[in-house]
Amino acid sequence: MSTWLAQLPWMMGAILLPLLGALLAFLLPRRAAVVGLGAAILTAAAAIGVLVQVISGGARVYLLGGWSAPLGISLVADGLSVLMLAITAVVGVAVSIYARVYLASSPDKVPRFWPLWLFLWAALNALFQAGDAFNLYVTLELMGLSAVALVALTGSGPALWGAMRYLLVSLLGSLAYLVGVALLYHAYGTVDLALLGERADGGLVLAVPLGAMIAGLLLKTGLFPFHVWLPPAHGSARAPVSALLSGLVVKASFYLVLRLWFTFAPEGEGLPLLLGSLGAAAIFWGSVQALRQKRLKLLVAYSTVAQLGYLFLAFPLAKLDPALAWGGSIYLALSHALAKSSMFLAAGSIMTQGGHDEIDELDRVVERMPLTLAAFALAGISLSGLPPSGGFVGKWMLLQAAMSQGQWFWAFVLIVGGLLTATYVFRVLGFAFTKSPHEHERHDVPRTMEWTALVLALGAVLLGFVAPWALPLLDGVLP
Amino acid sequence: MNANAWLPLLVLASSLVPGLIIFMLPERAAALRITLNLGGAVIKIVLLVLMMIGVFHGVEYEFRIPLVPGLDFVLHADALSLMFVNLSAVLWLATTVYAIGYLENSPNRSRFFGYFSLCVTATVGLAMSGNLLTFLVFYEALTLTTYPLVVHRGTEVARKAGRTYLSYTLLGGVLLLAGTIWLYSLTGTLEFVDRGFIDGRGIDPAVLRMIFLVLILGVGVKAALLPLHAWLPQAMVAPAPVSALLHAVAVVKAGAFGVVRIVYDVFGVEFAASLGVTLPLALLAALTILYGSIRALFQDDLKRRLAFSTISQVSYITLGVAIAGPIATIGGLVHLVHQGFMKITLFFCAGNYAETLGVHKVSEMRGIGRRMPWTTAAFTLAAFGMIGVPPTVGFVSKWYLGLGALDVGQDWVVFVLAASSLLNAAYFLPILRTAWFDPPPEEWPHERSFGRKETAWMLLLPPLATAAATLVWGLFASMPGTPLDWVQFIAARKYAP
Repeated sequence: MSTWLAQLPWMMGAILLPLLGALLAFLLPRRAAVVGLGAAILTAAAAIGVLVQVISGGARVYLLGGWSAPLGISLVADGLSVLMLAITAVVGVAVSIYARVYLASSPDKVPRFWPLWLFLWAALNALFQAGDAFNLYVTLELMGLSAVALVALTGSGPALWGAMRYLLVSLLGSLAYLVGVALLYHAYGTVDLALLGERADGGLVLAVPLGAMIAGLLLKTGLFPFHVWLPPAHGSARAPVSALLSGLVVKASFYLVLRLWFTFAPEGEGLPLLLGSLGAAAIFWGSVQALRQKRLKLLVAYSTVAQLGYLFLAFPLAKLDPALAWGGSIYLALSHALAKSSMFLAAGSIMTQGGHDEIDELDRVVERMPLTLAAFALAGISLSGLPPSGGFVGKWMLLQAAMSQGQWFWAFVLIVGGLLTATYVFRVLGFAFTKSPHEHERHDVPRTMEWTALVLALGAVLLGFVAPWALPLLDGVLP
Repeated sequence: MNANAWLPLLVLASSLVPGLIIFMLPERAAALRITLNLGGAVIKIVLLVLMMIGVFHGVEYEFRIPLVPGLDFVLHADALSLMFVNLSAVLWLATTVYAIGYLENSPNRSRFFGYFSLCVTATVGLAMSGNLLTFLVFYEALTLTTYPLVVHRGTEVARKAGRTYLSYTLLGGVLLLAGTIWLYSLTGTLEFVDRGFIDGRGIDPAVLRMIFLVLILGVGVKAALLPLHAWLPQAMVAPAPVSALLHAVAVVKAGAFGVVRIVYDVFGVEFAASLGVTLPLALLAALTILYGSIRALFQDDLKRRLAFSTISQVSYITLGVAIAGPIATIGGLVHLVHQGFMKITLFFCAGNYAETLGVHKVSEMRGIGRRMPWTTAAFTLAAFGMIGVPPTVGFVSKWYLGLGALDVGQDWVVFVLAASSLLNAAYFLPILRTAWFDPPPEEWPHERSFGRKETAWMLLLPPLATAAATLVWGLFASMPGTPLDWVQFIAARKYAP
């Protein structure tokens, strides 16, 4: 990168560009799609800019207006932030390209979708770079509100109902988080994460706010048993929206849990064990529900419930070799972002093609949409943790962490969870090969929609080969 | 990275790239598809010949990139992997020719040949894997690429067979994964080494026995060892070229090859014998041999009879490995090649009967030798090989297995071999008798005419070639350049001097 390019404030750009894009798309409703796509590409470029800066120069702090920590707002980008920024950029661009074609058939949604989505993107990028607990609250709230509005975009009965539940859960979660932030400020006189990490000294003064914050975030992440809002919201939204929600939004609150965990490093055995157990329960409950679904989108949504469970298995496994367990969990989160968004886009294409998403009525869809089915299958391979894929690398690391400590129960959960995932993925694929006795409508699906899903799925597979380059970024971030 | 590192990768690419291009081709581009298929198959064989010359002169072929923290993705060409790669490459060429003839004018050929190429890529990668992690990657890839071939016909029966196939093979994959990570957490390495990498690390033998069990069960699913064999007869719904490939080269052989790698290059055969795990494995293999043969006796469906025969015959390889003596090793390893050629011939012939005359059952084969003499001649040769009649290759395998067992004092194996030969005779000879000596029926179930020829030349040539190979290698078994010759070279390196 030449020097002047390296000097640009990419960190600000990653937040301001989508914000500007949202504003422009709102002001120019007739050009919303073009403006939106342009802003999406610029935003992704800015995110990649931050990634390159951090790879070449290490973690960075950007002070807004030059004011330092207790007074001003600071942006922080370290290895974990840039990985999240980068994966958001990849998923964001692919979903934007898909959405432009997908929404062409319902022009009334276009001027509403683009401002909301770009606003959501700005909130996500701000969240990944926020350096203090209060700004994290603001970004969390902005993200939640725009996500709810995107679900409501569908405008029909079940989606509105899903959006309403989602809104209430989201507000409750943010509220719990805010209470925690207020208590922390009261106790330590700062909301800057770095300063809090130095000042916090354990005991009830820390445990109560931290508990409230984590509980709020678990609610927003949709960890079992707080998952009930997730399948209706993710399953009833429009395909690109579902992809964004399942791929990115739930990861953002998980990212926040990790940040808090790494900052305060809570002691004791109880909480990690509880989080891990909830994760295990999520894997089983989500997978079994996914197996029972008749509709493809709901199957994919329940799969998200199960896959989120995996991310929390790192908590009880991080004692002996933290880098291995946390690295595995973060790698699973990145792979899931690509794989799940690909799966939702593929499900959207299938629904556009046949006008329905009944699994046992797929009616030889593999012959009409081989690319889409390939995307679904490859994404499924990554979700099941089968090699070669990013999911395999993440699962391998977690399994290795479990087995080297002799933690057989967690190893068992990881292995059986993978089998369950493969079972529901291949249930769909099996019906894609067989003929249905009923007649169905047939629509043409634009090739762009098929390819964007496939590219995301290929990304999930490719992640399986780049771990030796991606994981070193986390050195220094993990405890 | 030098040129020697790229050669294993090129061997993979010679089937991967044509496969990916074929997916993109429209259905009607038959000529281009055939060119890509055959071109890839021929290039692969040329590359392998280059590599064999290199290995013979002591050149190291290794491709290595990091994959997960602390572990590499390794493609490595040694004598053992080259044996399996060659088997797959040659039989892939034969099966491709056969499949082009077999699937003429049927739908979804681009998809079929695409996955066909991917499946061979996975097999070749599995053969060249330089450590257990890479082996695992290709072992799972093989499961995933064969699934679309099993359900290719898209019927309800095919979907159910696919489901059974997956539930068994994914379970096997998971066991292999668990065993691999368990082993890695104790040893910190997974590289295949002649005579194993476990001995001398001071790991609790009881734990090692458990790991051995888990790993062998993992590969035993694909090798169709006794309680894990039920998927194989069900997978028979797939088109004949797929069955041929599944039984002779890809899936079943991948399992048997896994047993070979785990016993020789992970544990080391002498160390495994000292752990006391080889005798139970030998007993299980013997039991599978007898069970498969007995079940085969009662099948009227020709392909099902052949499937049970595969279950029995593949366990000869495991048996040869588990007897844990140098001569039996030769018998087991050479059977990996021999069984491939014999079984693929039988499946080609069964496909010819079905395609040309609509004959699927043994009871419909009366007088079929008069209608299709060349096909039936090939079938007869391969069946004699299965029984172990000299001078076919089947006799060579059994000779070395028996001799090897006596060499290490496992006399009971000879009785198992004799019983199995009798049973093989009992289920193959009646077929041959009815095919050659009974009068043909007035009308065949579903006859297609090929003019003066008995069937299409693309369907006839592959079984004749593979059948001829089983005869020639049996007659000239001890000449240089035969499978036996190469296997003796391998076996010498698996035992301490």
